Amino acid sequence: MKRSNAPIFWALFGAGGMLSALAGPVLVFVTGIAIPLGFLLPADMMSYPRMLAFAQHPIGKLIILALIVLFLWHAAHRIYKSLHDVGIHPSPGSRLACYGSAMVGSVFALYGVLAVGF
Amino acid sequence: MNRDLSSTQKDGRRPYMRPMAGWWQRNPFFVRYMLREVTALAVAAYAIVLLVGLICLTNGAFAFQSWLNVLRSPLSIALHLLLLVAMVYHSWTWFEIMPKTMPPMYSGGKRVAGAVITWTGVAAAVAVTLLLFGIFWSLRP
Repeated sequence: MKRSNAPIFWALFGAGGMLSALAGPVLVFVTGIAIPLGFLLPADMMSYPRMLAFAQHPIGKLIILALIVLFLWHAAHRIYKSLHDVGIHPSPGSRLACYGSAMVGSVFALYGVLAVGF
Repeated sequence: MNRDLSSTQKDGRRPYMRPMAGWWQRNPFFVRYMLREVTALAVAAYAIVLLVGLICLTNGAFAFQSWLNVLRSPLSIALHLLLLVAMVYHSWTWFEIMPKTMPPMYSGGKRVAGAVITWTGVAAAVAVTLLLFGIFWSLRP
């Protein structure tokens, strides 16, 4: 019997869902609201030299990669399953659109953390 | 029964299919379900914001500064406020349904109550929020 690949997608969905449930709200607030507005945290916290140093550090790379890749796969899997509820039933096309975009995004993220240098 | 719904359009018998437009709007439970599911769009949007930032970072100081300028625009602030609301709702619903999504947990031969699982999860999310904010606070330039 051919093994199902569904557990892989469910595992990525779960990991991304858990990470975003725990850290998502504070990250959106800090990077998207607090720092851009200079509210509670200084506006120059995400300056180019600082972010470059963060992205060049191995732990920084790992954090960036985990956030982008797991968030993308969580969203892709959930959207793929939910399309069913709005009348777009599971098909190779919808599967490719969802998992394919997550894959493309993951490749870009991997390219990014490597291209940014060490 | 034909389980492959996508093929029924081409079915010569043209069997009756119940219309499904707006089905979820008729019951508050399903409205909450749909709201919970669309939080995935917010998670995806935030991942794309970060990904664009990362790609700008690889393109040098000028490209990264333009990304930062976009983040400061009123439109971006409004989007992030919306993302924040969706992300908090995602966080709450993630732990709200966790008693149903995780395997049954037993303690001393008794099943752990759903509320205990949910509130442990919420407490963990609050702890991570405070911890991460503390780390950001300590990293101020």
